[in-house]
Amino acid sequence: MDVLLASLVDGLLIGFVYGLAAMGLTLIFGVMDVVNLSHGALIALGMFGVYLLFTGLGLNPYLGLLIVLVLGIILGMILYAIAIHPLLDGPHLSTLLSTFAVSMIIIGVGTMLFTSTPRNIDINLGSMVLGPVRLQGTRVVAALVAILVATGLYIFMYRTHVGKSIRAVANNRDAAELVGIPSVRILAFSFGLGTMLAMVSGGLIATLFPFSILSGGTYELKSFVICVLGGLGNPTGALLGGLILGLIEGLIPVFMPVGWTPVIEFTLFVLIILIRPSGILGAR
Amino acid sequence: MMRYVRDPALWLTTLVVLVAGVWPLITRSATTREDMFLILMFVTLASSLNIVLGYTGYVNFGHIVFFGLGGYIGFYLIAEKGWHVIPAALAASLGVVLFAAILGGIILRLRGAYFALATIGVNEAVRSFIVNWDAVGGAVGMEMNFSRYQDYGGPMNALWFAYILLLIVTLASVLLSYFVRTSKFGLGLLAIREDEDAALVLGIPAPKAKTIAFALSAIFPAIVGTLFFFKNGNIEPGDAFRLHMSVEGIVMIMLGGYGTVMGPVVGAATYERLRGFLLTSPLFKNLQLAFAGVLLLLIIIFVPSGVVGWLRNRFPKVRRILA
Amino acid sequence: MSVILEVDHVTKRFGGLVAVNNVSFQLYEGEILGLIGPNGAGKTTLFNCINGVYTPEEGRILFKGQDITGLPPYKVVRMGIARTHQVVRPLNELSVLENVVVGACYGRENLSLEEGRRTAEEVLEFVGLADKRNVLAGKLNVAEKKRLEMARALAARPYLLLLDEVLAGLNPTEVARMLHVVRKIREEGVTILMIEHLMHAVMNLSDRIIVLDYGSKIAEGTPKEVANNPKVIEAYLGDPDLALSLVEERT
Repeated sequence: MDVLLASLVDGLLIGFVYGLAAMGLTLIFGVMDVVNLSHGALIALGMFGVYLLFTGLGLNPYLGLLIVLVLGIILGMILYAIAIHPLLDGPHLSTLLSTFAVSMIIIGVGTMLFTSTPRNIDINLGSMVLGPVRLQGTRVVAALVAILVATGLYIFMYRTHVGKSIRAVANNRDAAELVGIPSVRILAFSFGLGTMLAMVSGGLIATLFPFSILSGGTYELKSFVICVLGGLGNPTGALLGGLILGLIEGLIPVFMPVGWTPVIEFTLFVLIILIRPSGILGAR
Repeated sequence: MMRYVRDPALWLTTLVVLVAGVWPLITRSATTREDMFLILMFVTLASSLNIVLGYTGYVNFGHIVFFGLGGYIGFYLIAEKGWHVIPAALAASLGVVLFAAILGGIILRLRGAYFALATIGVNEAVRSFIVNWDAVGGAVGMEMNFSRYQDYGGPMNALWFAYILLLIVTLASVLLSYFVRTSKFGLGLLAIREDEDAALVLGIPAPKAKTIAFALSAIFPAIVGTLFFFKNGNIEPGDAFRLHMSVEGIVMIMLGGYGTVMGPVVGAATYERLRGFLLTSPLFKNLQLAFAGVLLLLIIIFVPSGVVGWLRNRFPKVRRILA
Repeated sequence: MSVILEVDHVTKRFGGLVAVNNVSFQLYEGEILGLIGPNGAGKTTLFNCINGVYTPEEGRILFKGQDITGLPPYKVVRMGIARTHQVVRPLNELSVLENVVVGACYGRENLSLEEGRRTAEEVLEFVGLADKRNVLAGKLNVAEKKRLEMARALAARPYLLLLDEVLAGLNPTEVARMLHVVRKIREEGVTILMIEHLMHAVMNLSDRIIVLDYGSKIAEGTPKEVANNPKVIEAYLGDPDLALSLVEERT
């Protein structure tokens, strides 16, 4: 029983971080109908951002995250200008491929610079005991940071002018343009936000597990599963989807060999797309 | 029938594949054969993917599932059951086509990004399932006993035999692509690509047509899978279901020309040669992936119709010979 | 005259909204029946029910005595009902000829590619697009796209043609040209059910007219009867332009 509980709580904590990553993917899809296949590479970039700041400058990983956050927004806006904007009105395939091209570039350069040997960020925040459960400090902090960023994003989207503009553009780009919202700048900024979320979650994951420049792929696939769970284009759904995925990952190893986790995850993923393409929340 | 015999596009396409494919048989060079094996393999994969992607307009990231599953079925029959490679490849193809028909019937209801995502999911689900399935070796995969090659007159002859079979399969897949493209059925697929709802109203039984296209696209990748792993002598999930290979197939189609018969042939050959060059050049060796990425990005932005598409648009006269 | 199409108490709902409410009418072979009504009256939805895009919740649709309710669109075309779309839907990356060949090959006669090409050439000649046959459909102007839409439907060699606002967005010359085409189609013996906002055109062309408002049929009769029907005037009051054109037609 205690094993189950510990496993569940652990899964839940990771779930917040997964959810944050997926929010980046789903935000971009919701605003501009683009499935960002460079998502995984950006997550890996976030991992290395925090890692390099930590090993190179000795910067605390959580402070490093702040820098990664800002860099993420800037990088995302540049990527938008190069790889998204010229193709926005083309067929779906163009942006799928252009974002995949970006991913190839990032991973290609990354492999040359960092090779593909695993790295890890060596921090230990001890552990805390909560009833029958012992929690690792880094996981608790990662979950808290994820919640903080997600809440910040929520407030930003609903309380600020720019945030409201983003939602307006997501809803109907032409109408938004008509009421004077500069849709191109909003789209660029949204891509920046999505990139930032990917990189920050990557930075958080780097404090928990060993990683390499190739690790992003796994988390990109998890993000897809989460987005579909929560409904593509729905950031709140993504957070919830992250928690569900975290729970599933915490639960499965208790009942069957851990290798079966991806089988169940991806089967669930395909089934949900087929049965409820709007996600289990059902809202669009 | 006469219109096919007189079509220069058909002859040009066949000739290109045949001349390139026979080259290693003339030189008897094993290196050339190995290079050509990869090129022909990708020509087949890209040409068959083009039926779904280029003609029907559905972005399939899971095309490699057909290759992987076919490889597993064929390899299992050869290595564990002692079958000859030809019946094993045919059985693999049959099994995978059946799988594709059922899967297609289910997931082709989805459109756009949803379909694309579902195909990623299918690839990962199948791969992770195979990883956990001990009967086919799980994560380690299977190895073939070296003595199996004796049936073909030793390992050297077996490799040449596999190559000749692949050449036949490549020709067949390019011909299939041609006949679909120039048929009434193919015209229906193009209509679906342009506007599926309008196509339905024009009388095209889209659900059935899409499923048939999906199943057709599975025939040859399954055979190629069997041949490839037969040649390698081992098979493992990571090699069989590499998502990256599906995307490379898409890149080849884009490079050569989306929706044309010649496009995937040109695209696959160019991409493979280019990669071979980058991998051996000291300057690009470590950057080959990034270089390919930059190339892809430039193509999508500046020549979205690919080499063949660009030629067809730029010089309408070549349309007669470049299908 | 025999009945070619019978719409029998058809109702189509979207959630709580009743788009088509218990509509019945009959269409006789060889006639032109006009379908009018204010925006949002459910005209296009009714078309979508007839050609199988939607399945009505209640009621039946009989074509040449056969129940076609709920058949998918591609089966309905095979039986001999073709349609055009209000918003044109050319297959952009295909040539004009290819667009029409699609219509011919997958239409009622289920032609081979070669036969389809012959039919398509004839139809392109008929609607006056023959000189554009090799142009990509996406490159046509609006009037040409409308004629292409018409050509594709005709290439299916239908018994019944559903025309959804084929005159909308055309200038007077183009309208005259299209009207000429419609008359020629009727002379070939094709029955026509047409949605049209351009009042003088629909009043001139139609043998009978049906008026829909809020999904219900509120009037049916000759153009003259309908134009004088107080219920129809009332329905159009919300739409001053249409009301005006209706009044003008009466005089």
